[in-house]
Amino acid sequence: MIEVRDLRREFTVTTKVGRFRREKRVVRAVDAVAFDVAAGEAVGYVGPNGAGKSTTIKMLTGILVPTSGHVRVCGVEPSRGRRELARRIGVVFGQRSQLWWDLPLRDSFELLRAIYRVPAGDYRSRLRECVELLELGPFLDTPVRQLSLGQRMRGEVTASLLHGPELLVLDEPTIGLDLESKERLREFLADLNANRGTTLLLTTHDLDDIERLCPRLVVIDRGTVLADGALEELRAEVAPERVLVIDLEKPSGELAGLPGVTSSRVELNGLRHHLTFRRADTTAAALISAVATRAEVHDLVVVEPEIDDVVRRLYARR
Amino acid sequence: MAESVYAKLVGARLRGQMSYRASFLMQCLAQAVNQLAELAIILVLFNRVSALGGFSVSEVVLMYAIAGTAFGIADLVAGQLDELPTYIRTGTFDVLLLRPLSTLAQMMASDLHLRKVGRIAAGVGALVYALGHNDIAWSVSTAGLVVLAPISGAVIFSAIWVAANAVCFWVVDGQELANTVTYGSNAFTSYPATVFGPWLRRFFAFVVPGAFVAYYPALALLDRPDPLGGPALLGWISPLVAVAAAVLAGLVWRTAVRHYRGTGS
Repeated sequence: MIEVRDLRREFTVTTKVGRFRREKRVVRAVDAVAFDVAAGEAVGYVGPNGAGKSTTIKMLTGILVPTSGHVRVCGVEPSRGRRELARRIGVVFGQRSQLWWDLPLRDSFELLRAIYRVPAGDYRSRLRECVELLELGPFLDTPVRQLSLGQRMRGEVTASLLHGPELLVLDEPTIGLDLESKERLREFLADLNANRGTTLLLTTHDLDDIERLCPRLVVIDRGTVLADGALEELRAEVAPERVLVIDLEKPSGELAGLPGVTSSRVELNGLRHHLTFRRADTTAAALISAVATRAEVHDLVVVEPEIDDVVRRLYARR
Repeated sequence: MAESVYAKLVGARLRGQMSYRASFLMQCLAQAVNQLAELAIILVLFNRVSALGGFSVSEVVLMYAIAGTAFGIADLVAGQLDELPTYIRTGTFDVLLLRPLSTLAQMMASDLHLRKVGRIAAGVGALVYALGHNDIAWSVSTAGLVVLAPISGAVIFSAIWVAANAVCFWVVDGQELANTVTYGSNAFTSYPATVFGPWLRRFFAFVVPGAFVAYYPALALLDRPDPLGGPALLGWISPLVAVAAAVLAGLVWRTAVRHYRGTGS
């Protein structure tokens, strides 16, 4: 679905030096980026501000032309086949609208139907589905400028799906949304990916989006890909430590000498024990049975490292 | 099919504007008054002088009327390009690039202000008046010219608008420069080219083909030789100049968008 090889994009930045002199400097926003996305995948494209996420997205969607490198999206070279590609992909920008500000949502959708020449039957069924799943009904006839951000984003997502794209690219889709709106949107996108097979590529700062939607993530920083893989694998690679939190029936002192435990911490006067261990050294099951021989276990939970932590460590590693 | 998309885009804009009928009518009127204010200036001038650049009052009004009508139509069709810097700054232009349509056509259809019809109406009114007060040898060709001149002029103005605003892709605050050319050429075309100094005249007549909007066609209608010595043919070739200007403007726009997307630099 997406094929990126050795992708580069440079910008010339002019800065003022002194009163009249200006200095030109070439900034490489994207540098030798390479990754593939197969049809039906859901991939998170993450990185800090200025990492080159948006620049990559703009090159994938045909807005920007790469300085060099190879890009194919749906088999089309985006910079040459901008209009053809536009019919086959959907794009949602969290920060800019593709709707008509002073028109009701319904009219915006009608216009998009005309722009993309969507057959009436397809249009009706797609719209009906979105209206139902995203609960657009109550504000379908409200001018876009009067919608809340959450409502507008639901409208934006619908707008990007009316022509039945194979690939949906989302740039910060949940930015600024409240928790409930975020969750509703994620649920919809997960369903879209799982049941309709629409390929998803999303950039986000909200790592919950990734956790919820993207089995795979591509981490980018300063224009280059730092890591590419399943969230689980990346976690195992850079944050191999997990924590077994175990509640005992009776208070106990620190449980010393458990095999594989690298550090431990005691809470609630000896009732709760945090045992940190490495995946490679032992398993949670082995550790639990080791604890069970020493004390009566009331409850337990295995805590995985936070995804922020994973990404932070990836950044720190370079 | 493609045309119907633009028709729908325009229709949607108009629906939005017509929902405030009273305010719409007021704005129409304001536009007309604006246009006629320029006429008033010409008439005041003629209170002091009997000829302007060798032309009588009704002859100047004829030029003014052709130019005003042409500018009104161009303003209606291409005036939205004034919004281009905002589109670029806010990233809305990127959204246009994501759609399977031409960016220029989308810009033009983006925010058509029907109130500008007021300006066109004032121009047409002045034109009808001027035609009645000049000695015109009516024939099929002169009648055709009366219709074609404002339309060609509108195309020329629109082309100027497109080309001038395309500057904003290179210089984010190129708006001032663009306005100088677009509105400046409007001021130029409303008067006989003879009243301007030779350099300004050459610039606005041939670099920016403003003289082909009203000056030359008006000479042809009045059957007067060009006081500046141009051949009589110039009065009849405005449609050709318009086509050339449109093609050129299209190329400028294409180059500008290429630059924006990153291949032109």
